[in-house]
Amino acid sequence: MNSFTQYIQQLFANEVGGLFAAEPAPLREARQKSMDFFLAHGLPTRKMENWRQCPIDGLVQSDYRMQREADPYRPVEEYFQCQVRNLATQMFPFLNGWFVHPDAPLTKSANGVITGSVAAAVKQCPELILPYLTTTHADKADRGLVALNEALFNDGLFIYIPANVKVEEPLQLVSMINTDDNLLINNHNVIVLGENASLSFVHCDDSIKYGKTLINNVTEVHLAPNAVMHYYKTENKDADSLLVNHLFVRQQENSEWVSNVVTFNAGYIHNAIHLDLDEPFAHANLYGLYLVDKSQVVDNQVFVAHNAPDCSSYQMYKGIADDSARANFNGHIVVRQDSQRTQAYQTNRNMALTDEAVVTTHPFLEIYADDVKCSHGATVGQLNEDAMFYLRSRGIGERTARMLLMYAFANEVTDKVTIDSLRERLANMVERRLSGELTLCDQCRLHTSDGKVLIFDVDPDKI
Amino acid sequence: MLKIENLHVSIKGKEILKGLNLEVKRGEVHAIMGPNGTGKSTLASVIAGKDIYDVTGSITYKGKNLFDLSIEERAREGIFIGFQYPVEIPGVSITNFMKTAVNEVRRYKGLEPLTGGAFLRLMEEKKKVVELTAKLSNRSVNEGFSGGEKKRNEIFQMAMLEPELSILDETDSGLDIDALRIVANGVNQLKTKDNATIVITHYQRLLDYIVPDVVHVLYDGKIVKSGPKELAVELEEKGYDWIKHEYEAGLL
Repeated sequence: MNSFTQYIQQLFANEVGGLFAAEPAPLREARQKSMDFFLAHGLPTRKMENWRQCPIDGLVQSDYRMQREADPYRPVEEYFQCQVRNLATQMFPFLNGWFVHPDAPLTKSANGVITGSVAAAVKQCPELILPYLTTTHADKADRGLVALNEALFNDGLFIYIPANVKVEEPLQLVSMINTDDNLLINNHNVIVLGENASLSFVHCDDSIKYGKTLINNVTEVHLAPNAVMHYYKTENKDADSLLVNHLFVRQQENSEWVSNVVTFNAGYIHNAIHLDLDEPFAHANLYGLYLVDKSQVVDNQVFVAHNAPDCSSYQMYKGIADDSARANFNGHIVVRQDSQRTQAYQTNRNMALTDEAVVTTHPFLEIYADDVKCSHGATVGQLNEDAMFYLRSRGIGERTARMLLMYAFANEVTDKVTIDSLRERLANMVERRLSGELTLCDQCRLHTSDGKVLIFDVDPDKI
Repeated sequence: MLKIENLHVSIKGKEILKGLNLEVKRGEVHAIMGPNGTGKSTLASVIAGKDIYDVTGSITYKGKNLFDLSIEERAREGIFIGFQYPVEIPGVSITNFMKTAVNEVRRYKGLEPLTGGAFLRLMEEKKKVVELTAKLSNRSVNEGFSGGEKKRNEIFQMAMLEPELSILDETDSGLDIDALRIVANGVNQLKTKDNATIVITHYQRLLDYIVPDVVHVLYDGKIVKSGPKELAVELEEKGYDWIKHEYEAGLL
């Protein structure tokens, strides 16, 4: 047993009689089972297929601190403003792993929508949330970090949308880290959409202070028949941070899932999406964009299971790796034996800008049905020389021409965002990222030290 | 303005231009004609700065050695190539492309960049030159354009950049008669006493619209015959075989 595992074991033992002591018995039992799984399998290692290209063992330390309660409340507006132009969202801020709220951690609206803290939901509506929290997703040996999350999570965002409710305003989860300590954060988000419900959800992971944090989050989404969910994820992390996101999506009949995961900066990021199309006519679009340079590492693992006939899935992931960055994409599609008339498509396009940048891509189609339409395409290339020549022949300098082409390459992904203000904002961030102006998310910055709020305004006409 | 002396160009050991000489002065329109595969497009590529050739000889442009200038510097110094096969660039909008180009050229000349409003007004004005009515802002460069639209877009870019020396490479190829008229009108509108145009073409019909001061015949990597605009008509009547026979008989 290595020192990290020992540390976790001790941490868990303390909280069984602490944070977790008052929880319902089924949840405590589920935590214990997940802890047993973690102790049995430990951290995923580079010998496991899904962790081979971008291993995390060796990066995890043993001197983390888990914050046991929320920081004293301060109105979020005092230190944080999200400046995505015209993006009206209902925001759910998390600070150091805890939901930030003035008084009510859980809100129930007149239309039956429930939003707020998972920890509060366990107390106030256990019948709604416990079935999810007591079902493990750690079913393979390489899911040690999922088990760790299930054993140790302290909070998360709970969203419950009852049948037939279409939420107009997007909901936004902003995870902020603001401490000098090396924090270990396990947030577990649960999002449930009833029949015919719809939701747009924006999920931002940002660093505020530079620290060797390990964020190990799990988000689970359950879509009832005809439910529609759009999920937008932005990641902008500093060099020392470790961020592991596991996203589990289950789709019932005729439901629709659209995700768009954009990584602007990484320390080490592992994004795993596990999507189950459980009933006929469910549909999923999965988009992703990763822009990494220096020695950043980003790993996207997409697993799509066609468990029922007549479902469709479409994946498009694109990435640019500069300097000595490393990017990996594993796209695994399984079409089960009875899943006839499946349509499953996957593309992964990459640009490696230097000889030192390492880009790997592994399309993997596993098909057991015979009446299917499936395709995959993966490329790692450089900039189009003919296009470069054409741009330069109009007087555009080499550096700018490169940027225009990279921007165009990346924008194919951000163009899929259906919220206009968010799409424009993301496109602008991509542009600034590629021109080297965007380091950390200047929109999502805490300014606790000097009490000032920085509002960074960008001229969208400028390129 | 442009002086080409004893230009030899080869690619992968194959010599394409074999001692070409050409002089173009401000205010002039030159036509270069010739059968396929004689090096017309290679000449345009070499002037643009395409870096895939072995080149000897000299090209002097506005008193400068052209080979000392990068691709973008040539453009900023006022050279414009209307390409035979314009590249499609998905994801780069025409607006963004032209705004970037115009402002980089302005910066090179020590001018302030155009503001968003001024740029859009300029674009609307120049669209009229080639009778472009469609909204360009959301379209990617050449993506999904018909052959005719691509050529009109080339002349539109020429109008935006106001070059001193324009080289139009087979701008008439693939155009129907209406598009040909529009493109030719555009070129004529942009003509001034200070700029020069080289029209590279296979057929004489474009020269009904863009009237050249001099017509050159390019054959076997050299300019073998030059003359007034009537030479184009003569070529059309007699065909390139006429040139071929005279050349092989040592008459040129």
